Amino acid sequence: MSKLSYTKALNRALGDALAEDPAVFVLGEDIGAGLAGPTLGLLDRFGPGRVVDTPLSEQAFTGMAVGAALAGRKPVIEFQIPALLFLVFEQLVNQAHKFSLMTGGQTGVPLTCLVPGSGSRDGWAGQHSDHPYSLFAHAGVKTVVPATPTDAYGLLLSAVRDPDPVVVFAPAAVLGVRENVTWELAPVPLGSARVHRPGTDVTVVAVGHLVHEALAVAEELAGEISVEVLDPRTLHPFDWAALAASLERTGRLVVIDDSNRSCGIGAEILATAAEEMRLTAPPRRITRPDGAVLPFAPALDRALQPGREQLLHAVRSVVKNPWR
Amino acid sequence: MTDRHLPDLADPEGRYRMLRLIRGFEQLALGLVKSGAITGGIHPYIGQEAVAVGVCAALRPQDRITSTHRGHGHVLAKGADPGRLLAELCGRVGGLNQGRGGSMHAADLSLGILGANGIVGAGAPIAVGAAWAARQAGEDRVAVSFFGDGALNQGVLLESLNLAAVWRLPVLFVCENNGYATTLPAATAVAGSGTGRAAGFGIPAVEVDGMDTEAVREATELAVRRAREGGGPAFLECRTYRFEGHHTMERRMKLRYRSTEEIEHWRARDPLERAAAGLADGRRAGLDAAVDAELAEAERFALASDHPDPAGACDHLYADGLRPRAGAVA
Repeated sequence: MSKLSYTKALNRALGDALAEDPAVFVLGEDIGAGLAGPTLGLLDRFGPGRVVDTPLSEQAFTGMAVGAALAGRKPVIEFQIPALLFLVFEQLVNQAHKFSLMTGGQTGVPLTCLVPGSGSRDGWAGQHSDHPYSLFAHAGVKTVVPATPTDAYGLLLSAVRDPDPVVVFAPAAVLGVRENVTWELAPVPLGSARVHRPGTDVTVVAVGHLVHEALAVAEELAGEISVEVLDPRTLHPFDWAALAASLERTGRLVVIDDSNRSCGIGAEILATAAEEMRLTAPPRRITRPDGAVLPFAPALDRALQPGREQLLHAVRSVVKNPWR
Repeated sequence: MTDRHLPDLADPEGRYRMLRLIRGFEQLALGLVKSGAITGGIHPYIGQEAVAVGVCAALRPQDRITSTHRGHGHVLAKGADPGRLLAELCGRVGGLNQGRGGSMHAADLSLGILGANGIVGAGAPIAVGAAWAARQAGEDRVAVSFFGDGALNQGVLLESLNLAAVWRLPVLFVCENNGYATTLPAATAVAGSGTGRAAGFGIPAVEVDGMDTEAVREATELAVRRAREGGGPAFLECRTYRFEGHHTMERRMKLRYRSTEEIEHWRARDPLERAAAGLADGRRAGLDAAVDAELAEAERFALASDHPDPAGACDHLYADGLRPRAGAVA
């Protein structure tokens, strides 16, 4: 048995992906030095032809990755800051994502974006603390947010193998998580949810690092309320069958989602459950506020993030308040 | 696919045929826009043909290009089938992109045509990536990025020049300076010059008469030879002019951003007439007739091709066949 950290899991996935397929290459800023962690040691192992340090030109190197993909390569881009994705929305959504349809299926763009350190970090303030996974799910780009080291390994490896663009968000709040690994690391299929803890009263859908908050709340409520913790793992395509099956058991839904409230993935989960699934009580969601910009001071930053207390309250309220 | 013989661009008659094919294709397409067979209009390439033909005459089949919203000339000169391109413009299943892309996204990956593109400057980094992949694979393929003077003010183009130069990639940046970014004169939009910007990145840059197919071809041959030998990127600024409006929509709008005198001045420098003047006596009529027959066949093919089945509107959205959820719940 060994302890695997989340960042090391990303590093192992990149190493395995590079080793198994000569078409794969990694590019990004400061990746040779391994500044962010996931690329540590890869330059020495695979050389500068496979691990490519780029100038600070996000739009050009993302477009360059699209061109390399059209020429048969499988690029993996590491972005140091989630907000850089705003800068390259054009290259990812308007180019990479649309090529398959626009060319009538002549080509896909097998491009992976890895964002190690998405969401808030204490003290990183307004332009370094975004968690824009809902934007990509909305645009139709395959989007994954692994919560654990083994899922980080498995989902990143599947993302690299996938023939379409995939954005992998690795929340800053889970980079330090370590996990006892007693089994062989394996790819995790995109689009498959995971029930971390079975329950019968309430389904809590938690995204990314918030899975750990949900598990803590479930433990705290054990004996009072039986909470099922469902981690979608992939936000697009979403595992709606897993959510429906969970709601068949519980009939009650709370979503905890680190998106801004309007049009966040939490809104979509509630809407779909309300339209199509079994609910015996009004569903609830806990999110960042509408249009939130995270302020710098730690107390202000935390005040806007979905948290454990709010979740505890929401779970209790859905149990107490059935549909009339 | 229509049955045809590609004009051989290594041969002056072949280059004339291609110029004439592009001109005739655009005239045909203008008619089909008017008749409603092409929806959404087109950005006609008429007047700029020497650039596409001159550049592509210096390329090999395995070389790759990225094109623009005004892309029909590049796509044809790189070898695409005119019938399938026209079917694409008409949104038919026999189109290059099965009717999913239309004029602004026409692509034929099998011919190294990585697509026309609806976003100004977007093709430049894609060409850089294709060139990088070729270099890494040890191939001597080059990539050409066509763009207009409007793209000179896109940051991503300047970033792409830098990447290509710092990595010494086999990319040719071809600026088709037709004098206007839609209606905005380049003189009021571009500080310094296109070649000056390239030179700032240490990229050899030359200005070429973009109305002269042979001048464009010769400049491209030099640049491409150098790129294949590992000499890195080059930049050509081709001074040219579009005889039609920016987009067919303009035909109904009576815009006055260009004077009649200016248009006539450039029309007198028609690249097609220039190339025709170099043909042997009596050859032109026969070549024109052959191209006209080819275009008639292209039109027949395009208009006979089926319209796509709306049930397949989301086909090809994902390369792995993933089907999106429907927009309404039954």
